[in-house]
Amino acid sequence: MIESGKFGKYGGIFAPELLIPALEELESAFLKYKDDKKFNQELEFYLKEFAGRPTNLYLAKNLSQKLGCRIYLKREDMLHTGAHKINNTLGQGLMAKYMGKKRLIAETGAGQHGIATAAVGALFGMPTDVYMGMEDVKRQRLNVFRMEISGAKVIPVETGSKTLKDAINESMRDWMTNVQDTHYLIGSTMGFHPYPTMVKHFQTVIGKETKNQILEKEKKLPDVIIACVGGGSNAIGIFSEFIPDSEVELIGVEGGGHGIKSGNHGATLCAGSEGVLHGSLSYVLQDTDGQICEAHSVSAGLDYPGVGPEHAYLHTQRRARYVNVTDSQALRGFQLLSCYEGIMPALESAHAIAYMEKYAQKPENKGKTIVVNLSGRGDKDMFLAASILGVEV
Amino acid sequence: MNFKKQKHSPGKIHSSNTLETYDEMFKRLKKNKKGAFVPFIVAGDPEFETSLQIVKTLLESGADALEIGFAFSDPVADGPTIQESDLRALDSGMNTQKSFEFIKRIREFTSIPIGLLVYYNLIYKKGVDEFYKEAKRCGVTSILSADLPPEEAEEALQAAKKYNINQIFLVAHTTQKNRLDKICQMASGFIYLVSVMGVTGARKEVQNSTVDLIKRIRNHSDLPVMVGFGISKSSHVKDVIQAGAQGAIVGSAIIEIISKNHDKPELMLQKIKKETSKMKEATLIEVI
Ligand SMILES: Cc1ncc(COP(=O)(O)O)c(C=O)c1O
Repeated sequence: MIESGKFGKYGGIFAPELLIPALEELESAFLKYKDDKKFNQELEFYLKEFAGRPTNLYLAKNLSQKLGCRIYLKREDMLHTGAHKINNTLGQGLMAKYMGKKRLIAETGAGQHGIATAAVGALFGMPTDVYMGMEDVKRQRLNVFRMEISGAKVIPVETGSKTLKDAINESMRDWMTNVQDTHYLIGSTMGFHPYPTMVKHFQTVIGKETKNQILEKEKKLPDVIIACVGGGSNAIGIFSEFIPDSEVELIGVEGGGHGIKSGNHGATLCAGSEGVLHGSLSYVLQDTDGQICEAHSVSAGLDYPGVGPEHAYLHTQRRARYVNVTDSQALRGFQLLSCYEGIMPALESAHAIAYMEKYAQKPENKGKTIVVNLSGRGDKDMFLAASILGVEV
Repeated sequence: MNFKKQKHSPGKIHSSNTLETYDEMFKRLKKNKKGAFVPFIVAGDPEFETSLQIVKTLLESGADALEIGFAFSDPVADGPTIQESDLRALDSGMNTQKSFEFIKRIREFTSIPIGLLVYYNLIYKKGVDEFYKEAKRCGVTSILSADLPPEEAEEALQAAKKYNINQIFLVAHTTQKNRLDKICQMASGFIYLVSVMGVTGARKEVQNSTVDLIKRIRNHSDLPVMVGFGISKSSHVKDVIQAGAQGAIVGSAIIEIISKNHDKPELMLQKIKKETSKMKEATLIEVI
């Protein structure tokens, strides 16, 4: 490997030997193509014409008025397939094509990343297999169908807890077996090097656009940026451009599930500890021996017992602050944005909205300029939200 | 359980300086024109005492060394057979401390080399130095972490050296020449050759490329080579040893027997005995 893939002490390459050559190949392709003119032109084309970039930075007038702040929403929810995930799948998918890979595999929780990968597989004519925990397959029938209609094969995972972490385990196993012709398209800023760096690279488009847009609209940087954190890709995508601007507060919102005390949550940075999971040293939810715990969040995208290593670094450096929001608070965020602004957020993004409300209500934050990364739209969550709210649809 | 003493066993042991090293084991085998048969099981599958009975059965079949896995919730380098074994052990209440306890119990009746297979998070969480220290105290000969490539192994190597434990590294088909050199320099005890593309699990046959790779490593280094992952029949054991490997590590094939029969312990032990005895017999080197 050319680089160590470390953020401070976090990150690294905790990978089985069989994968090392593939990771070396991937790293060198990434280092080559990230600055390659032709590659970037083609990627820009697809981001614009296929995915619908740039996304707007939208001033949420009604909420701004209600809360006494200037609240901007970065509208990643407007992207094709419904979330920021497509930025990364287009980037990695195109790279896989340039590398001559014949097949894509991906893990998915709720299905957002699986759908974005299936779309890119269809676009580039690459057979795509998506691993999905059996529990999630049952909860997200519609998304399974969406992937299948795009030509992807959804493989239910019956091992372990039958959720996202097991889907990742299974994807890694597939990759170990088929490493020569297959690209493993990891969906967040996690895993072994070069994934955290590469996924971040493809998501920084969010922060770059945001910076230009806010400077144009407000003639100054925002006071705070708020984003939800599962693996951490939408958050790092919007944070990274602002990390050098120390006056901009960065807040990551984790899935608080039933509350930290309940033990049922996905708040890895708030309540976890250092450990090695899925290829990197970061924070994980684990017992005193290092056995990985199951996470819980109402939103499948935040339902993961690990977190990207760069967030562990930002957390310990105190450059970003990590908080959590419970399932029921997130549901309130979901309703709040829907009824004040006519925008239904994904339940993941609703965590960021819920924390934004809490933040804006503090007297010391009155009048601040707040940017919330609206990572995805709520369509996928309507059945779930309805059932929690006791509505039959 | 009727436990016969091992013919080749260097006798009862109790202090660490009478434990057999890999070097001594390979020398002993070479004299007898045999390769090593090294079974792998997960400590405490299906539960602690039965698992110990399994170890005794493996010794009766002629195991030359043991590989013992510490159960982990997310064993990404393993196939479904070993993952289920991990989960059965965890469900029966195994944890790191009990796994060490398991090693100590094994040490009451054998002095052959014992290697651990441990996912790195279990080591990291306990503290690398602390883990190796405890391993030494329990009589462990070597440690292998399936998810710890040389890039990340500095701390582990230091601890291994400090406590005189062999740090084992994997080599795969995909490992390139320069890297192979580097690994051979870092490793001690033996080189663990991954015989298949993919994870652990039973396979139909040994790939030709495995045979080539054995030769490639033998040309590169004086370290003995043991082949694992996918060695599931006595014919595989024979093939890799004829190809020049010094030993074969067999996991999934034994664990499949445990999986299918753990509710009938006597039958399970019989089946393990039968299967593994055949494997040991296949380690005889035929001069062609
Ligand atoms: C809309 C949305 N937001 C956020 C996430 C969480 O992922 P990350 O933290 O990588 O942005 C997901 C994951 O599925 C998602 O679908």
